[in-house]
Amino acid sequence: MSVTGGTAVATDPLAEVEGIAFAYDSEPILDGVTLSIRSGEFVALVGPNGSGKSTLLKVMLGLLEPLSGRVRLFGVDPGRFRDRGRLGYVPQRPALGHDLPATVEEVVTMGRLSARGWHTRLSPADREEVEHALETVGLAALAQRRVRELSAGQQQRVFIARALASRPSLLVLDEPIAGVDAESQRRFRDSLTHLVHQHQAAVLLVSHELGVVAEEIDRIVVLRRRVLFDGPPDELVRTGVSLGIHQEDLPLWLEGLR
Amino acid sequence: MPWPFDRTYMQLALAAGMVVGVCAPLIGTFLVQKRMSLIGDGIGHVAFAGVAAGLLLGVWPVWAALVACVLGALAVEGLRAGGRASGDLALALFFYAGIAAAVVLVGLGPGLSADLFSYLFGSILTVTGQDVALIGGIGVVILVTLAVMGRAMTAVVIDEEWARVAGVPVAAVNASLAVLTAITVVAAMPVVGVLLIAALMVLPVGAAQILGRSVRGTMGWGSAVGAFSVVVGLVAARVWGLAPGATIVLMAAAVFAVAALVGGRRGRLPLQAIAGETEGGPS
Repeated sequence: MSVTGGTAVATDPLAEVEGIAFAYDSEPILDGVTLSIRSGEFVALVGPNGSGKSTLLKVMLGLLEPLSGRVRLFGVDPGRFRDRGRLGYVPQRPALGHDLPATVEEVVTMGRLSARGWHTRLSPADREEVEHALETVGLAALAQRRVRELSAGQQQRVFIARALASRPSLLVLDEPIAGVDAESQRRFRDSLTHLVHQHQAAVLLVSHELGVVAEEIDRIVVLRRRVLFDGPPDELVRTGVSLGIHQEDLPLWLEGLR
Repeated sequence: MPWPFDRTYMQLALAAGMVVGVCAPLIGTFLVQKRMSLIGDGIGHVAFAGVAAGLLLGVWPVWAALVACVLGALAVEGLRAGGRASGDLALALFFYAGIAAAVVLVGLGPGLSADLFSYLFGSILTVTGQDVALIGGIGVVILVTLAVMGRAMTAVVIDEEWARVAGVPVAAVNASLAVLTAITVVAAMPVVGVLLIAALMVLPVGAAQILGRSVRGTMGWGSAVGAFSVVVGLVAARVWGLAPGATIVLMAAAVFAVAALVGGRRGRLPLQAIAGETEGGPS
């Protein structure tokens, strides 16, 4: 069913859902959703508010149990998936505790620990990975600052660096650019393209706006309880929808689907 | 040892106090981040019921308190994690049920109220070698557990959902923190008493969040403030005959106040960060 982008290679899917159904109480949220992500793909999952994007993501990551259907992360059931460093996750901006004293470096180190094990003593090479992740998002100079003291865009970059620090094969991001300034968006796009091109990683970006990332996408999936479209952006554009950076068409078109 | 720690009872008090002064803020660092600053109070009241039950049944009240606290803390965590009650509602349930159970149990055994008084306000100057051995053992358990699980606990308090995706056994980490809280309460009971039990978990952390610049720094400063409060509190109690447990807590509160004043002047008070955030900062 899927149309893969130019840089994609034919491998087993890194993440795969098949015929997923999910409901909160009796209200159906997902109905027969099938989707797979392969190495080297940059996939955007879009849809209007309440279309089930975040729910699908949580099902895919094993945070929610589907009513029916099959979920595979790196070929296994999410509950049995152990090699967690291969999966990078940037959640919707978490509500940080008002008094959280954690520094940027401490937060990003958590990402490295997910790859190395929570009881492992980090080696100098691990420290370098953390530093590299911070440099990738342009925050090396702020490593010792408290995360709470940073702007929204900088905080989002910290969480992206945390995900990058494990050198993931699959990076999953939930609404990462909502409310983020243009400079942070550009940094963010560069980090993602670096990951896809240099490390053959796959990116799944969940968003209702694509901003500067639009031009990098290989495949776009439009969701409204079911998958309405799954293919290259050009094909969606041919239907009259613009993914343009400055235009508002996509969000408006998506809202029209509600 | 030099004055004022020249007497055996002062040395025992210092040993017990230092273990609690150093360890309680380590646990408190995580509780404050989880917005469960008052869980120590809730569990303290369960401990009180445990003490009353122990006195009534003729077993060492501290053991009875330990069992009651561990079960109580796990139940609070179970209610919170299961989404059946918010953290503070679960806490309130055990806070009131604990104190009510203690009152009922005291009523069953005439003459128990005099014994209970020392647990209510602490009696650090009368701790025995047996008490110090138990408190020391609890201290070792806390330090070893944090050495093994501290980083996973940090990941969980920063963002529980991310930690779950990153493979942290979140339920086990939260349960461990609950158990550590329970045993810290039991260790602190003879030092500051049930009524002030949470103070040593929270007040030094309040000061440490201003003085420290990281999670690790906050834990270090918290322990330092806790230990300082114990030493100064004990000295003041010896010199002026003050109630030692309460004096220790007042010292911790004073350090918090000074740190807040100094930190506030330097623009490092957490509240200012919150105010700054509303001006276009993170939501």
